[in-house]
Amino acid sequence: MTPKGNRVRVKAMYPPGHVRAPFYLRGKTGEVERILGRFRSPEQLAYGLPAPEKTLYRVRFTMAELWGDAAENPADTVDAEIYDHWLEEA
Amino acid sequence: MPHDHHDHDHLSPSGHPYRQDNDAPLTYFQRMEIAVRELLIEKGHLTPAEIATQIDTMDARSPANGAAVVARAWTDPAFKARLMENAGDATREMGFDIGPLHLVAVENTADIHNMIVCTLCSCYPRNLLGLPPDWYKTRAYRSRAVREPRAVLREFGLELPETTRIRVHDSTADMRYIVLPARPPGTEDITEAALAKLVTRDSMIGTGLPLAPENT
Repeated sequence: MTPKGNRVRVKAMYPPGHVRAPFYLRGKTGEVERILGRFRSPEQLAYGLPAPEKTLYRVRFTMAELWGDAAENPADTVDAEIYDHWLEEA
Repeated sequence: MPHDHHDHDHLSPSGHPYRQDNDAPLTYFQRMEIAVRELLIEKGHLTPAEIATQIDTMDARSPANGAAVVARAWTDPAFKARLMENAGDATREMGFDIGPLHLVAVENTADIHNMIVCTLCSCYPRNLLGLPPDWYKTRAYRSRAVREPRAVLREFGLELPETTRIRVHDSTADMRYIVLPARPPGTEDITEAALAKLVTRDSMIGTGLPLAPENT
């Protein structure tokens, strides 16, 4: 489990089907804002498959990280809930 | 004549165009929903009355529930602390039946403005606030809120200084969000019930601010 405050990157993977990691965050680096607990993975639940519990994080990204020079205000942020299996240490 | 439609052949006596009847065949998922519902009833898992009751329960939920929660947080610091710690439990403590909802409250301050979106679909704290507004589900709002929140807020009539940090919250998985707006100035002497009337739906999504007391 990655502690709060750690830098993490959303894996730049592109599997087909029902996933809950938005495309615009793939490959982007942010900071763990809080750990939300363990939830049954919606990526399996969506298909009625056995769904293991996975740790869910809230990760905070800066607009500068997401949109580069096109950011309206680079210090504004986006927080998103990302499952453990989508994250790697950055 | 209050309306200036040109094709008067298709106007109702009220001056509005007739709305087309919805005579198209059912879609795949509409047929699927009916089939599953009829099977659940036929096999005795649910009754039609239970389904109607559940629909009534959902329709009875409204932004007034969230407004009551916000007003309580404005007037009771211990409740506010519990709300920030676990908004779902704090809301249940007030007696709202929100089912299994996992709710997170995010607080607006002098320096921080929060705004909620679901870029992937239309996640919204329905069990507390009822159904989301139609614009919340549009591709335009969902895609622009994370890309240019300041431009979106400007269209809602909210111009924030560059020094205010905007925090957009994308409801991508299991949590749902409610903004705890800042208590408007000049409301020190009004009751919790009167405060709740200042709390708009949009102020709990973050696309608006609470009303000023003179506007109520």
